Amino acid sequence: MSSDVMAIQTAEAAGRPWVQTLHAWVTTVDHKRLGILYIFYALVFLGIAGIEAIVMRIQLMHAHNDFVSPQVFNRMFTMHGTTMIFFVVMPVLFGFANYLVPLMIGARDMAFPRLNAFSFWLTALGGILLYFSFVGGSGLYGAGNAPDVGWWAYAPLTSRAFSPGHSTDYWTVALLVSGFGSIGTGVNLIATILSMRCPGMKLSRMPLLAWLTLVMSGLVLISLTPLSAAQLMLLVDRYLGGHFFDTQAGGSATLWMHFFWIFGHPEVYILVIPAFAFASEIIPVFSRKPIFGYPVMVGATVCIGFVSMSVWAHHMFTIGMNSSANAFFVLTTMVIAVPTGIKIFNWLGTMWGGKIQFKTPMLFCIGFLFQFLIAGLTGIMLGAAPFNWQLSGSYFVVAHFHYMIVGAILFCVFAAFYYWFPKMTGRMLNESLGKLHFWLFVIGFHLTFDFMHIPGVLGMPRRIYTYEPGRGWDTLNLIVTIGSFIQGIATLVFVANMVLSYFQGAKAGNDPWDAWTLEWSVSSPPPAYNFASIPTVASRRPLWDRKHPEDPDSHYD
Amino acid sequence: MACLIIAESAIFTIIVVAYLFYVGKSLTGPTPREVLETPIFYTICLLSSSLTIHFASRSLERGKRGAFLGLWLLTIVLGGLFLFGTGQEWHRLIYEHGLTISTNLFGTTYYSLVGLHATHVTVGLLMLSIVLLFCLAGRVGPEQAARVDVLSMYWHFVDGVWVVVFTVVYVLGR
Repeated sequence: MSSDVMAIQTAEAAGRPWVQTLHAWVTTVDHKRLGILYIFYALVFLGIAGIEAIVMRIQLMHAHNDFVSPQVFNRMFTMHGTTMIFFVVMPVLFGFANYLVPLMIGARDMAFPRLNAFSFWLTALGGILLYFSFVGGSGLYGAGNAPDVGWWAYAPLTSRAFSPGHSTDYWTVALLVSGFGSIGTGVNLIATILSMRCPGMKLSRMPLLAWLTLVMSGLVLISLTPLSAAQLMLLVDRYLGGHFFDTQAGGSATLWMHFFWIFGHPEVYILVIPAFAFASEIIPVFSRKPIFGYPVMVGATVCIGFVSMSVWAHHMFTIGMNSSANAFFVLTTMVIAVPTGIKIFNWLGTMWGGKIQFKTPMLFCIGFLFQFLIAGLTGIMLGAAPFNWQLSGSYFVVAHFHYMIVGAILFCVFAAFYYWFPKMTGRMLNESLGKLHFWLFVIGFHLTFDFMHIPGVLGMPRRIYTYEPGRGWDTLNLIVTIGSFIQGIATLVFVANMVLSYFQGAKAGNDPWDAWTLEWSVSSPPPAYNFASIPTVASRRPLWDRKHPEDPDSHYD
Repeated sequence: MACLIIAESAIFTIIVVAYLFYVGKSLTGPTPREVLETPIFYTICLLSSSLTIHFASRSLERGKRGAFLGLWLLTIVLGGLFLFGTGQEWHRLIYEHGLTISTNLFGTTYYSLVGLHATHVTVGLLMLSIVLLFCLAGRVGPEQAARVDVLSMYWHFVDGVWVVVFTVVYVLGR
């Protein structure tokens, strides 16, 4: 019956003029379509920010290169950082959360569909505002000028005296607007998860993805808002002549650093917790075992959520805090490694003794486990204040957080693409292209970011547009640049795979991976109403129960 | 709404922290001790509006439309009085003492914090007035009680924030 429905839908879609299709997408309040819009939007910005990264790497390929001017280089790293965090990783994670959470908990849509659409368009507007600065940054009296204050935008760089024109205002307003969008999404996700679960879906039976999304949304509410407040203060400073961050009138540049990192560090966990969520869904399915230590996983996540609120000043050891503050932030930073270690242990416990299938999503998850461990270890190194005094602001730090954001988060996002693409489009992604993508990306990633640690230890500071030859940085930088090109090629393979598979991929069917959560019980792509009749669940793996009535999980629950 | 209140609380927390951090750090006058007067009457207005809105939504639940309308109107009047008080204070500060947002750190933090709160009061009043209009058009009955409750939660939050702002600005800040 579902294939009939599908056929009718495709016939309708083919028969409709494109204006109507476009209108339907722009005015949609369907959580699945909004999820896809988020993901598509993030992919576009991934391309843009990737090009910015390549520009920087070409500039740093050898000493005294003059591929771009210092001013352009400053704009590139500012825009690369801001775009990647706010307009690539966050939207793609929100997109997946939007798409998957209602399906996984057996709901027909989010709690507030129109708020959902509003949040998406706010985020979209934020990204467009940020990039409009290339055209309108200097106002009417000059050429375009993008923000160039770094993604932290430390005071006093952002004051009128040092950032004339409107480039910094575009940065501020873009983040403010997209921040409001994110708060809307956070509110929506929490309300959905708490009040829209299907009968029998107790909190203790929710898929881990829903649990982790709940924690992530809580973090969004508490930690994105300090950024919004700080942006409001910055706007007061820039437009109304206020003195919040104006050191000449007694204001404090340090206060901005505190406010920024009170947002900035929990933000890392906002980004990585959904990545954990993908891994927690994908690893069990491809190990053919239920997740190991479900309650501990939930507890560890909540624990990470709380502790992440109290580690922010480990970004600021070099500003000269007193020793008890230093000791506090060193300790909290070390403590947060404990729940994270528990998680890695549980994923390994899930794989242990399982029949592991090395499909592309699983390959990316295994890559994630290794790289996340190394990123965590360099994180602990940097979390020790004396070590940090030596290496803060060097390429070692750049290598560390890219290991986290690319090596852990992006790998999980790729895994999620390969895993859920069949559900979203009804077609499988090509497996051999997927493996090519994985291996190219792993090689490129390690060439880039393994070798990036070394110039950092040798003293190469971040954010410099060029360097003197003969300091032992030259060859290493060349290797890093070559690695970044390989990553670029791998990403092109991924895009090609998505385009080709969308049109010619093998039909997926409802449940190509023989998985256990509710989204695989409906057709691919799911109908607009998700579930013809709201399901009732009796265990953590409702689809397993349905497939194995002779040995359901609910017997052991 | 509870989630929104959590998010809003974080915004206010940050600005309150900034205010407290900058207390006494202004390089030039006027200082809070010289110019601020404690707005006791308007504070009572705002806080008592929390009571009126509570009883208003109670009477709506019980289906007493008249009592609801009266108490709701009273809430709006009390909120409006409070806004008027803030406006009067700002007028006095600007024209008599020459304190604007760019005068010194006290001005910057004071107008930001009190202004943010006043913005929330204004938004609240707009929403209350919309409900009033619907009520006058006869569209509000006991079946909308849950929604009205959500709005009154927001109003309680705005009042609660004022307690914090009042303590910080008029008690600790001087």
